[in-house]
Parts: sequence; C-alpha cells; structure tokens
Amino acid sequence: MHQERDADIELRLLIEAIYLKYSYDFRDYSGASVKRRVAHALRQFELKTISALQERVMHDPSAFMQLLQFLTIPVSEMFRDPTHFLAIREEVVPLLKTYPSVKIWIAGCSTGEEVYSMAILLREEGLLERTIIYATDINPRSLEKAKQGIFSMENMRGYNENYLKAGGKRLFSEYYTAAYDYAIFDKTLRENVTFADHSLATDSVFSETQLISCRNVLIYFNKKLQDRAFGLFHESLCHRGFLVLGSKETLDFSGYKNKFDPLVKLERIYRKS
Amino acid sequence: MRTSFPGSTPEQPALPAVDAIVVGASAGGVEALLKIFRTLPKRYRLPILAVLHVPEQRRSQLAEVFAVNLAIPVKEADDKETIEPGTLYFAAPGYHLSIENDFSLSLSQEERVHHSRPSIDILFESAADAYGKRLAGVLLTGANSDGARGIARIKEYGGLTVVQDPAQALARAMPEAALALHTPDFLLPLPDIGSLLVELERIAC
Repeated sequence: MHQERDADIELRLLIEAIYLKYSYDFRDYSGASVKRRVAHALRQFELKTISALQERVMHDPSAFMQLLQFLTIPVSEMFRDPTHFLAIREEVVPLLKTYPSVKIWIAGCSTGEEVYSMAILLREEGLLERTIIYATDINPRSLEKAKQGIFSMENMRGYNENYLKAGGKRLFSEYYTAAYDYAIFDKTLRENVTFADHSLATDSVFSETQLISCRNVLIYFNKKLQDRAFGLFHESLCHRGFLVLGSKETLDFSGYKNKFDPLVKLERIYRKS
Repeated sequence: MRTSFPGSTPEQPALPAVDAIVVGASAGGVEALLKIFRTLPKRYRLPILAVLHVPEQRRSQLAEVFAVNLAIPVKEADDKETIEPGTLYFAAPGYHLSIENDFSLSLSQEERVHHSRPSIDILFESAADAYGKRLAGVLLTGANSDGARGIARIKEYGGLTVVQDPAQALARAMPEAALALHTPDFLLPLPDIGSLLVELERIAC
C-alpha cells in the first residue's frame, strides 16, 4: 500500500489530541466518514491544514465544542423507518407489557426524535407511565435540544406520514403545540425520560434495561468499537431483553452474533439469547 | 485520452493492474449498467462497487434485478462487510457508501451530496483513498454533477479513469461535468467500457 499521506497522519494526531485533552474517543470510528467530517470542519473554520485545526482545538475548548458539532452527525427524524416502529408496536410491546416496569435505553439519541417517537408509541400502548427512558448521547448540544423537544414545523408533515405508517392511533398533531415555525412537544412525554451524557466508546453500563434502541449510530464505528457497544448492550439487557438497530445495521459481522436471536430480522429487532 | 477500446489486441497499449472498479451512474443508469455488466463472465474476479442514484425508498430491488441478469454475484452493500472478489455491490438507498482503508465497507447518513445519498463522489473519493493507483473509476450517464470531483480524485491518486461519451449518454450532464474538471484516460461508448472491464480483469488476475 502507498505511504501514509500527510493528511492521514495529521488526522490521527488530531483524533489522539482530542482524546487526550477532552476524553472524546473517535479513534475507533470509521475512518472514511471522520475524514470527511474533518475536511468539512476545516472549510467551516477556514483553516488550511488539520494541524492548524489541532492547534486551535488544543487551546480553545469552545473551538472543540464547535468541532464536535461537525464530528457528530445529527441526521434524525421522527418514526424514521415506520415499519420498524410498527414492528416494535406489534412484536415487542406485547412482551414488554408483561414486565411490571420497563427501562429503555436510547443510545445515541442525538436531538431527540427517536425519544419522542418511542414515548408517543409507549403512551398509545399504555406503557409510558411505567417506563423509564434513558436517552444518551456524547454531544451536549444535541442533548440540550432533545430536552427542549422543540422541532421545526416544516418537518411535521413528513413525521405525520411516518407516524401513520408506524401504526399511530391518534392525530400526530395532538402531541405538539404549534408556535410560529416550531412544534413544541407535549412535555409530559418526557416526564420519565432522563437525558444523559454517555459515550459508547469510553463509558460503561449504568442500568439494567429491557430494551435498547441504538439506530444509525453503529455505522460510524469500526468493528472493534461496534463490538464494545454490543458488549455494553449485552451486559445491560435483562434475560431475553430487546435490542433494536438501524435498518442497515447488523450483528452478522460481530462477535456477538450468537448472543442475540433475531426477532424481526428485516426490522433489525433482536433478543438476547 | 483515448476514445475507443476495441478489446484485447496486440496494438493496445498496456492497461494498469487494478484491484477494484468503482462505477457511478444516475439518470439512464440501469440500462447503461446492465449493458456493461452483461459482458462480464462468470468467475470474473475483480470486485465492482456501484452507486446508482435511485429514489430514497427504504428497500431497493436493484441487487435482485441485476442478479437475475448477470453472471456475477450481486448484493446490496452491508455495513462493515469485507469486499469479496468478483462481486458487484450496490450502495443502499438513503446511505452513503465508503471504502475503508482495510477494504471493508461502511455506510453513513451524512448530508446529501448534489442532492444524492448515496453519492458517487463519496464512494469514489474513499475508494481512491483506500486503493490509490490500483483502482479504476467509471462514470456514466446522469443529469447532475455528482461523480465529477470523485473521478478527478481517482486520477489525482494515479488510478485509471473512464467516462462515458456524453454524445452517446442518455443524460449527458454527468459525464460533461466530469470532463469539465479532468481529462479521463478513456472517453468511451458503453460496449467499449464493457470490453475494457473484461480486459482489466484479465490483466489484474
């Protein structure tokens, strides 16, 4: 293979510096994506080299917080992949109902769309009141936004379509109040939600859970880090607990393949063996 | 830049040895891809990775449609799988497809590029990073400018570049945008691209 290019060396040094200085660990993220995120950040910072970005980030924590916004990818929507939520409603909820109380971990919750979707689904199934949801992410700004539960009004039409396809039982608009260009979500939806800073790369398990949803997070990890995350999920889940992944994420290439059984394979819903 | 490839003849200047082929297409792409891939024989050994712009529905039938029409195995790319020789991979709708430096595949949902996810630029640029000069890039018909930057990057890193002759493309914007940015090694009609892919494998394997 060709000699390592200068930009690759600089990138490794930047990632290492971020880890040593701020304890954010991107060392086992998928390289191609991180490289693009950093290239994008360079243009936004109007800097020529990754070394210059490293210099900036090392000496200015606010610049790091800015860079973190580029490194994390807040692409989310409510009831994304509606058939996935429909499968949770039909296949998982009846089993969850057999527990006296339920703990759910939404890992990598970003700006909260998945959290509110799950809360709405659980409320309609009569489960929300006896459920605790832990919603975690590494990006404090995303968590702040998730806590507020205020989303752009222009997305509501698409979310409503998703909601209906996901088996929604009421009117989606009952869950928010429209104000100017924003939809402010019913705050009772998050009464039992704890938003917390947690890293799948560096932190450990904090609670036993019955269901873990981690969607479109693991694709940004390399195999080693994916396995670390699967290990945490396996440890946190109770016997026969549920693991739900993104539509293109799979346990198939992981060392944990045999520790989970597919429940609805197409929708990436697994159960701990 | 050469504008024909009649096949394997003694007069042909030697082609470089490559380890993989990346292909991008948009409007008119299904027919174009079928035409060039139909020439590939069973037991063709180079891996091929393709981005074809399709509507962002959740499940695509692309792999199934191509599988019944081609002699080589076809599948939709999965996250973290290792590239197998002789397999045609399609990027999944709604996800960018990248090649990592260890020749595994990764998916991502970063912003759309030229309104597209998957984006040809993203596949091509990451492939150039991973394979360097041992890569061939093929850009076909399309009505936008995705792929132009990517194929220029392949050339910059020493790979072989092929662009469909816009005069014969169903939609000429994409090949033309590529030509505006760089001069490819080959500017070819579809039948010649098929012959070139066959010859690339004969040399490499």
